[in-house]
Amino acid sequence: MSKTNVTRRGVLKTGAVAGAGLAVPTIFDGQAWAQAGTGFTNAPEGGSVTLGFNVPQTGPYADEGADELRAYELAVEHLNGEGDGGMMSTFSSQALQGNGILGKKVEYVTGDTQTKSDAARASAKSMIEKDGAIMITGGSSSGVAVAVQALCQEAGVIFMAGLTHSNDTTGKDRRRNGFRHFFNSYMSGAALAPILANNYGTDRKAYHLTADYNWGYTTEEAVRSSTEAMGWETVGQVLTPLTQTDFSSYITPVLQSDADVLVLNHYGGNMVNSLTNAVQFGLRDRVVNGKNFEIIVPLYSRLMAKGAGANVKGIFGSTNWHWSLQDEGSKAFVQSFGTKYGFPPSQAAHTCYVQTMLYADAVERSGSFNPCAVVEALEGFEFDGLGNGPTLYRAEDHQCFKDVLVVKGKENPTSEFDLLEIVEVTPAAQVTYAPDHPQFAGGQLGACNPGA
Amino acid sequence: MDAILLQILNGLDKGSAYALIALGLTLIFGTLGVVNFAHGALFMLGAFCAVTLNNILSLSHEIVDETQTDFLGNPLRVEVPYIYDWFGPEVGASIIEWSVPLAILFSIPIMIAVGFIMERGLIKHFYKRPHADQILVTFGLAIVLQEIIKYFYGANPIPTPAPPAFTGSFDFGTMLGFEPGTIIYPYWRLVYFFFAMIIIAGVFAFLQFTTFGMVVRAGMADRETVGLLGINIDKRFTIMFAIAACVAGLAGVMYTPINSPNYHMGMDFLVLSFVVVVVGGMGSLPGAVLAGFLLGILESFASMRQVVDLLPGINQIIIYLVAIIILLTRPRGLMGRKGVMED
Repeated sequence: MSKTNVTRRGVLKTGAVAGAGLAVPTIFDGQAWAQAGTGFTNAPEGGSVTLGFNVPQTGPYADEGADELRAYELAVEHLNGEGDGGMMSTFSSQALQGNGILGKKVEYVTGDTQTKSDAARASAKSMIEKDGAIMITGGSSSGVAVAVQALCQEAGVIFMAGLTHSNDTTGKDRRRNGFRHFFNSYMSGAALAPILANNYGTDRKAYHLTADYNWGYTTEEAVRSSTEAMGWETVGQVLTPLTQTDFSSYITPVLQSDADVLVLNHYGGNMVNSLTNAVQFGLRDRVVNGKNFEIIVPLYSRLMAKGAGANVKGIFGSTNWHWSLQDEGSKAFVQSFGTKYGFPPSQAAHTCYVQTMLYADAVERSGSFNPCAVVEALEGFEFDGLGNGPTLYRAEDHQCFKDVLVVKGKENPTSEFDLLEIVEVTPAAQVTYAPDHPQFAGGQLGACNPGA
Repeated sequence: MDAILLQILNGLDKGSAYALIALGLTLIFGTLGVVNFAHGALFMLGAFCAVTLNNILSLSHEIVDETQTDFLGNPLRVEVPYIYDWFGPEVGASIIEWSVPLAILFSIPIMIAVGFIMERGLIKHFYKRPHADQILVTFGLAIVLQEIIKYFYGANPIPTPAPPAFTGSFDFGTMLGFEPGTIIYPYWRLVYFFFAMIIIAGVFAFLQFTTFGMVVRAGMADRETVGLLGINIDKRFTIMFAIAACVAGLAGVMYTPINSPNYHMGMDFLVLSFVVVVVGGMGSLPGAVLAGFLLGILESFASMRQVVDLLPGINQIIIYLVAIIILLTRPRGLMGRKGVMED
């Protein structure tokens, strides 16, 4: 006679577990996330939650990183109910109460990206594994953003990108766990083109000097396609090494071409040096094809403009945000930041502050720190009052769509911060593109990963 | 033809910087036998002497301008340099604008002092250690120096323009019969080239025509014998280290209007300058100068669009490629002497 091990109690237990398993998709839905206190990477325990601020603290972008860190510290202060609250009062979503996030006090750890992908990944990994960071944010380079975004996807934490302008961050390298508030190369091209046409005409010959890395390529492609669409001709294109300091040998061939516009697809020290060299070689004093020679810098930053000094005067570019904006959100942020630190915030500081607020708000609205709940709360989220007008966090690619600023170097600055003037606030509709636009093709968000 | 001329001109100013740094490196190597990886940092320190003098001359007091507001809406605080109060706004502004040439005088005592302290405080303890130890300690020193500069001046480049009289460019092409506007060259780069020539000539004259220089040259050839003759060669070599530091510093001071200085600029030049020294021949001063200009010009040619289109990436490897070819055909470099670094 055979004896089986199947018992009535065993069948009931197995059935209960299997039933719960099958019900998971419906349990973890909408407000039901609130019950999901565990089952994801670094679920907060006790009365605090840790955020990881991964910024360049050493290397060429250390000053920009320092400004990002100031903004993060200010955001943490405001989330915990200290200070004047900054943009919390102007933010259209009023979910944040100044009592931390979901009642937990916000604490933070910092990492140094060094503006190197491997160093940035190592510091993010350390913050996730050793410090229990539930969200990673920051960075001043697209290479770093793409690398850290991929790491956060694997680790099952949210990545709120800092300053990253390459199309690829929310294009071919997009990830479900990653979000970008900052604008991108395509938007720069789309915003700049009409202004350039108005100021310089539609019959122009452009020569591009492009930094030889991911961001340079996407920026050149974006500016070229936008300007060519309005009638400009591209007569030259040269890739310049990222380590280049003296650009004279790249600029002098421009003198021998019949170009009447030079586009510098450079950022940081590259931009400061190439623009300085171009002005030294008298490009701005030239008349070619019967027109004044012009220089364009697609992505401007106040910190870089400061490095280039008087050379930026009158030169067009684009930027994500500027402290001189007069909307209520910008004014509140500038007041808060300026009072604490004594000078106005940079665009890098602004996007980092906003990203922290958006993450905290998404957690509050979803009622859970679970990354998949946060993703759900952020996808398709429409908001206002954070400095860029009405904004959409598009679900298809996790890119924010909002107004873009076209700026130019100010002729008569009144202070060392007053270097750029806003020429036009380009409406969001003009810089919006389809999720499957060719410049963003090849990427898939994939599935959300909650980790553990 | 005009494109070739223009690239030669471009190579001259870049080559001037390489030559000045490599000259100092060779002086130190030839006299003290030390491979000084902190030499780029001395170039950077020189540049920051110019920045510092500019900051000193621009020291200001604030006055409140009630007619304007700052970013927080408060009355604007305008900074007025003290020098405006002392000499009047026009003369004061001119003095600040001429801060880079003035920094030549300012930097000489500073760089000599830095060189002296560096040699007596650190380098002398490594004379008898292997070259690898010397490289490690001087490289470490370079990192410390650049981090100190970053702490005080930040990581962003700091614009330090040339005096207004030299900020423009002139049409070199029309002088040679080319079409106007084809060969444009900035005044300051020409100033830099002539300045480098004067410094190089000065160093050679000093070594060639003074008793001090003769002893140093003798010491470079055979240190032991010179010592046996009762000459304190160590003291002279310390002075030579300070002179080499000064040459690198002056190269840095004058380079600031070409590219805004930042804390990392020394490292950008260091590796290339070592290649220049090796190509020129270890221990050969004329070799260092020759190789500096040669590689500067070659680097400019390799950046030409026609060349890059033909050989993509050549602009990034040209110097190393030429170095390999020269070392394969002339293992001691262009003007290297037998016996140097061959023990």
